[in-house]
Amino acid sequence: MLNSPALFDRAILWAAARDAVWKLDPRSLMRNPVIFVTEVGAALTTFLWLRAPDAFSGQIAAWLWFTVLFATFAEAVAEGRGKAQAASLRQARSDVQAKLLLHPDTQDGLYARVNAQTLEAGNVVLVETGDVIPLDGEIIQGVASINEAAITGESAPVIREAGGDRSAVTGGTTVLSDTIRVRITAAAGSTFIDRMIALVEGAERQKTPNELALSVLLSGMTLIFLIAVVTLWGLAGYSGTAVSVVVLVALLVTLIPTTIGGLLSAIGIAGMDRLIRFNVIATSGRAVEAAGDVDTLLLDKTGTITFGNRMATEFLPLIGVSASDLASASLLASMGDETPEGRSIVALAKADFGLREPTLIGAVLVPFAAQTRLSGLDIDGRQVRKGAVDSVLRFAGVTAPPEFRQAVDRVARTGGTPLAVADGTRLLGVIHLKDVIKPAIRERFAALRAMGIRTVMVTGDNPVTAAAIASEAGVDDFIAEATPEDKLAYIRREQVGGRLIAMCGDGTNDAPALAQADVGVAMQTGTQAAREAGNMVDLDSSPTKLIEIVEIGKQLLMTRGSLTTFSIANDVAKYFAILPALFVVTYPQMQVLNVMGLGSPQSAILSAVIFNALIIVALIPLALRGVPYRLVGAAALLRRNLLVYGLGGLVLPFIGIKVIDLVVTTLHLA
Amino acid sequence: MSINGWLQIAVTLALVLAVVLPLGRFMAALFTGQRTFLHPILSPVEHGFYRAAGIDPAREQGWAAYAMAMLVFSGAGFASLYAILRLQGVLPFNPAELPGVAPDLAFNTAVSFLTNTNWQAYSGEITMSPFAQMAGLAVHNFLSAATGIALAMAVTRAFARSGEMGLGNFWVDLTRCTLYVLLPLSIVLALAFVALGVPQTLTGSLDATTLEGARQVIPLGPLASQEAIKQLGTNGGGYFNANSAHPFENPSALSNMLAIWAMLAISAALPITFGRMVGSERQGWALLSAMAIVMLGGVALVYWAETSGNPLLTALGVDPALGNMEGKEVRFGQAMSALFVAVTTGLSCGAVDVMHDSLTPLGGLVPLLLIQLGEVLPGGVGSGLYGMVVFCVLAVFVAGLMVGRTPEFLGKKIEAREIRLAVLAVLILPLVILGFTSVAAMLPAALASLNNQGPHGLSELLYAYSSAAGNNGSAFAGLNANTPWFNTTLGIAMMLGRFAYVLPVLAMAGSLAAKTRVAESSGTFPTTSLLFVGLLVGVILILGGLQFFPALALGPIVEHVLMHASATF
Repeated sequence: MLNSPALFDRAILWAAARDAVWKLDPRSLMRNPVIFVTEVGAALTTFLWLRAPDAFSGQIAAWLWFTVLFATFAEAVAEGRGKAQAASLRQARSDVQAKLLLHPDTQDGLYARVNAQTLEAGNVVLVETGDVIPLDGEIIQGVASINEAAITGESAPVIREAGGDRSAVTGGTTVLSDTIRVRITAAAGSTFIDRMIALVEGAERQKTPNELALSVLLSGMTLIFLIAVVTLWGLAGYSGTAVSVVVLVALLVTLIPTTIGGLLSAIGIAGMDRLIRFNVIATSGRAVEAAGDVDTLLLDKTGTITFGNRMATEFLPLIGVSASDLASASLLASMGDETPEGRSIVALAKADFGLREPTLIGAVLVPFAAQTRLSGLDIDGRQVRKGAVDSVLRFAGVTAPPEFRQAVDRVARTGGTPLAVADGTRLLGVIHLKDVIKPAIRERFAALRAMGIRTVMVTGDNPVTAAAIASEAGVDDFIAEATPEDKLAYIRREQVGGRLIAMCGDGTNDAPALAQADVGVAMQTGTQAAREAGNMVDLDSSPTKLIEIVEIGKQLLMTRGSLTTFSIANDVAKYFAILPALFVVTYPQMQVLNVMGLGSPQSAILSAVIFNALIIVALIPLALRGVPYRLVGAAALLRRNLLVYGLGGLVLPFIGIKVIDLVVTTLHLA
Repeated sequence: MSINGWLQIAVTLALVLAVVLPLGRFMAALFTGQRTFLHPILSPVEHGFYRAAGIDPAREQGWAAYAMAMLVFSGAGFASLYAILRLQGVLPFNPAELPGVAPDLAFNTAVSFLTNTNWQAYSGEITMSPFAQMAGLAVHNFLSAATGIALAMAVTRAFARSGEMGLGNFWVDLTRCTLYVLLPLSIVLALAFVALGVPQTLTGSLDATTLEGARQVIPLGPLASQEAIKQLGTNGGGYFNANSAHPFENPSALSNMLAIWAMLAISAALPITFGRMVGSERQGWALLSAMAIVMLGGVALVYWAETSGNPLLTALGVDPALGNMEGKEVRFGQAMSALFVAVTTGLSCGAVDVMHDSLTPLGGLVPLLLIQLGEVLPGGVGSGLYGMVVFCVLAVFVAGLMVGRTPEFLGKKIEAREIRLAVLAVLILPLVILGFTSVAAMLPAALASLNNQGPHGLSELLYAYSSAAGNNGSAFAGLNANTPWFNTTLGIAMMLGRFAYVLPVLAMAGSLAAKTRVAESSGTFPTTSLLFVGLLVGVILILGGLQFFPALALGPIVEHVLMHASATF
């Protein structure tokens, strides 16, 4: 995993506090209209206070500045975490000398040492043991073990070789053994590491579509309340109330959605950051949002749904053979089979029948081979064999009795693989091998279904096998004997039906489907083509990651929505704090609206402003961590969040403002 | 409040509810081009119009073309109505030989009837000839209502269609609405009103000798027909100044009930039409429920405030048992008056059978707030529905994120463009209402029109601009609005309230229609549940109402507080 700092690292907080002040520059704050308006209000009240200093407007001005500062601080904290990660990535990119092959078409191996930054796409370089790969590229010759810890944080070496789906190498990683020739595919400045640095730093951060829409709404609300407050000038004038500008500014700032306005960009940055901590690099924030919207997950069977190896699950003896005899023969026959399947037979025989491995003195092992497709043991004059059904039948030299055929069919029908076992010319029975579904995956899919997400299993198996595994795993659909074209067609069909698709893939032939999918997660171990086509790269190359990515996307959107609701709901209490305070001088009877029983008009206004500023700080942890996501349906989620953030947002400020007012009154601040 | 009173309210609303489903389904069939039981008779007429006007009914219009057609039509309507009013003196059917209407009043009135507002800065019986009433005003009672419904259908199609540019054809929607919905219902309703004693005659007036032997001129006219479309089309412009409080316009408790029913019928049925057209009748019921909840709240508050009476009068020895009866008709009673007040302002109708100026402060707060909430409860014919859709879009956007998906309403993703346009639309009301009120509150020329000072005077100003911008048209009264300042600014407010609101909404519809409809799943934000209804109500109150809170505090709220503190002004 990437070197990721704790949520509130002391160093990051100090740096963020410094950055927060720099961010007060109105030119950069213009991007955030809500906070910009707050800053203008702060400047205005400061100006008025300087002209006619009094304790009240001085405190209002100070708290308005704090409101702006808390908002910029939130953004700076979120960015600071990315900066720390970028710094560690930069070390991997430090100046590297490359061995540029002078005659890449020949095998003479002549090279010139050049600075990696001068290489161009298409150059071929030689990388030998201990060298750092200069830039992103593709192995065109050789095989090597490579340490990719610089980008994945995983120190176990990985194998990369020319041809096939594991040919891509990343600049900044180190070759541990062997020599390879690499064709450079990305020029300096546009490599994978460069993109990662830019992404985690937030340098290229653009507002994502949903973030943009939300800022439009927040700006609109700011404008509406600006109208309400400016026109209040005339209405109050009619009523014979002289309202001071400072108080109007205070009312405006408490009404406009400063809470969500101040935290909006921090939420977005934190969302990307959460993804990075899951070792997934998204090439755009847009992809993260899209992940929350995904309706259909295309999951590879192997590695995601099943362990990837077929395992023995059952012995099916023929009539006249005891199960333990069959198990014992199977155990003997599998002694020469070091494949995972063979080992699983040994394990099953030991577990179910308490058998022990025999002593192999005097025995002759017949090891499993791809050509013979069987393994066995010659011991005490017996010739025990297990293997593919036709191979074993050929070995035994018998035609299969109907009973044996039935057993084989039964296994095949349920999607399993039958293996035959024979002792000499005598058929003993069948071993049932099957893909073993990962534990708890079924529950996971059920939860996804409750969230409205369909899961589709993609497999190269035949339809019968695929159907059996699909029903056991509880996926909604499957694509059997899947070719890359099948995947692409399936994705297109779903998209026409108005669904968003996520998939992961690693091979070059996955590239079109990855590009077509709304969320395409390429494996870090995959080819360059796949990594270019997807809009995310999973550094762990784990196919189950897709599910977490979806959850992170949802969490990002939920956090925004919850804090927006909270922010808007807060307004009710603020009105009840400020409005009676505004008019109570002209209409003493307005005191009845002072439901919180706040000390004085001035303490009421000050308390509302202080609450408005402090709530931003109080919510920074939530903005960075995200609102917890639960695997329940939309209706249940809505009910819960509406209760917590809607109703909570309505009630909490009444309490908060009252408490602050008590403190303000006790300290005689106003 | 009494059980009897609530029963009257319940019976009236039950009668509305009874018609909602058949009428809603009928309109859905009509506007999706299916044959209805009226087609055998009306279809030849309809197609005759198309042939005469050279309209190809099958041609679809994108949002811009639809909007342009609506604007051209409204522009022409304005010009012709303005001309009729100005030239009334030389036009026929003018038995009282009334002169042409002054330019500022003619502008105000033309805009008013064009925008379905029917704000009347004049007394109908002494300003308008029967010709101007029938050929000018009544025509627009039909056309402005039909325009509103047509616009609502265009917005509905944005959700019913997937990946298309067209929103329908304005001319077809307009023709069908007038011909199949408004005309037949008006005819039936007019006959019912006649049966209940509403006059219908071309005689201008009646000379009568009163019991005291004095001679009296009693104005008459084609009242029943005017009354029918006035209520059905949520127009509200009365033939007489006293509007539905006048015994000729509204003679009995029964005609009052029928008037309320007629106001609500189409606006309450349109959500069902919407639901059916977008393929989810439940959605229609959800919208209607949200509308009903807020409106019923309003009814209850008015009813309670009015029956509670005025403590100042009670102190003077007035029997509080009847509540505050000032400005109310005894033949309607407290309950049905309260219902009328809330319905006429929850709708953008604006007919009145009660003097709103004479309501208790809280009783007066309700119509004011119901207008300011955007005239969506259930709002004017058509305009209420598309206003509600805007609130749905905002509600779905704010809360929809909380389920962790890009917000979508009826399968259409709500993105930056839609939000920008929806915000543009909801900005109009506060801008116009608060802006003009604030300026008027500081302008001596405007303040000279006020009958009352203090908070009540502010309520009168606020009400005038709210009513105009909300295209409601009811008057709080107590304000002499027939001055150049008010005629002009209220005219502008009406125009902005209608057109500056609906243009962004149409643009939003265009953008939504072009989007592919996203498939629904259990991860989709539920928009038909009770929870959504509650959420929608909250959004309407908070996003639509909070900005008016300071103004309301200085008007009716402080007046209420002062009343209980025995202060007068």
